[in-house]
Amino acid sequence: MSDNKQAAPAVSNEWPLWEVFVRSKAGLDHKHCGSLHAADAKMAIQLARDVYTRRQEGTSIWVVPSNQIIASDPGEKGMYFDPMEDKVYRHPTFYQLPASLDHM
Amino acid sequence: MYTQAMSVGPQDVAAKVKTAEEAQREEAFEARIAAGDFIEAKDWMPEHYRKTLVRQISQHAHSEIVGMLPEGNWITRAPTLKRKAILLAKVQDEAGHGLYLYAAAETLGTSRDQMVDALHSGKAKYSSIFNYPTLSWADMGVIGWLVDGAAIMNQVPLCRCSYAPYARAMIRVCREESFHQRQGYEALLVMMQQGTAEQKAMVQDSVNRWWWPALMMFGPADKDSPNSEQSMRWGIKRISNDDLRQKFVDATIPQAEILGVTVPDADLKWNEAREHYDFGAIDWAEFWRVVGGDGPCNRERLGARVKAWDDGAWVREAALSHARKQATKVQAA
Repeated sequence: MSDNKQAAPAVSNEWPLWEVFVRSKAGLDHKHCGSLHAADAKMAIQLARDVYTRRQEGTSIWVVPSNQIIASDPGEKGMYFDPMEDKVYRHPTFYQLPASLDHM
Repeated sequence: MYTQAMSVGPQDVAAKVKTAEEAQREEAFEARIAAGDFIEAKDWMPEHYRKTLVRQISQHAHSEIVGMLPEGNWITRAPTLKRKAILLAKVQDEAGHGLYLYAAAETLGTSRDQMVDALHSGKAKYSSIFNYPTLSWADMGVIGWLVDGAAIMNQVPLCRCSYAPYARAMIRVCREESFHQRQGYEALLVMMQQGTAEQKAMVQDSVNRWWWPALMMFGPADKDSPNSEQSMRWGIKRISNDDLRQKFVDATIPQAEILGVTVPDADLKWNEAREHYDFGAIDWAEFWRVVGGDGPCNRERLGARVKAWDDGAWVREAALSHARKQATKVQAA
């Protein structure tokens, strides 16, 4: 995790922060689109509608308290994701088949 | 809307003495930027990069929020229901843009309260353009055309800013903002093509008042822009103030001709050799006076923001108490 973030004020009367995920149309997945402050979940949904879907960008909204998101450590990005780089045999293109049935 | 103030602010103090490890991290960071990589919120970044971004993004957010005031002034007096609905939608967009940007700044470890406090105490700047009054309905059209036009020109390069949360916010802002400029121009077109002589004169008067402040939105000349060079190197800023200003003038003059208005600049002339318009000198004394707090509406704008914040305090507190009470009830059950 980041080690150079400024400390938040000890006592905060700020409304909690929520992450907003919007499904743009039926059949697609919810996608993260931003965050906002709201006193509770119901208000977070209402505000998300006003802030992130003013032009019919969504058909469904999820909100999640930001402090509930657990993220991988960016400092360990290499250790975490690089090992997959040399596993070309996990991709269909690795296998050469006769041209006549290459659509398999 | 947008802030010219991005490059206006105290020169940041030079970095303190670095340890070998810090120097190494900084070198790796610079290499990432040079390679065109995006920086995410939790990635390591030099303190100066973080501070520069907090200042720029929060000033940008403040500008969106304060920018609602000059236009809000005309919502109740819009000439038709159609124009009122358009203006409401535009002002609501500005609020949304402010929120996207505050959220982007918060990823850098500053709180919303800290930013709001910096605005209200006068410590943080917002775009000076909003310290000019909106005297006629034509100002609503001219703000859309010139002020949002200048904003878009400034903001498009920011969609490629090296700090990814800012770039993502800007992509959303730019996508929404092109309607702002078009609705303004169209409102002016109606007045210029179907209006009375008095209405046409009102449009020309408005252009006369907004032209120079709009050119100032691009910030001080490159030679007087102390933070620009570092921001360019870090990929926070992509095009210089003067280059953007020239681009704006070149794009806008043909639009003025179609509209049938002139800009108040006797030195404006197409330069065949440069293939750009030459234009007159900007009154930088006025610019610095308005940045410094002495524009026509500085006190009024800030006063309106502080009043709105103070008057809303009981709502924020009540909503929070209610939420806490509900949470306690759920826990107890």
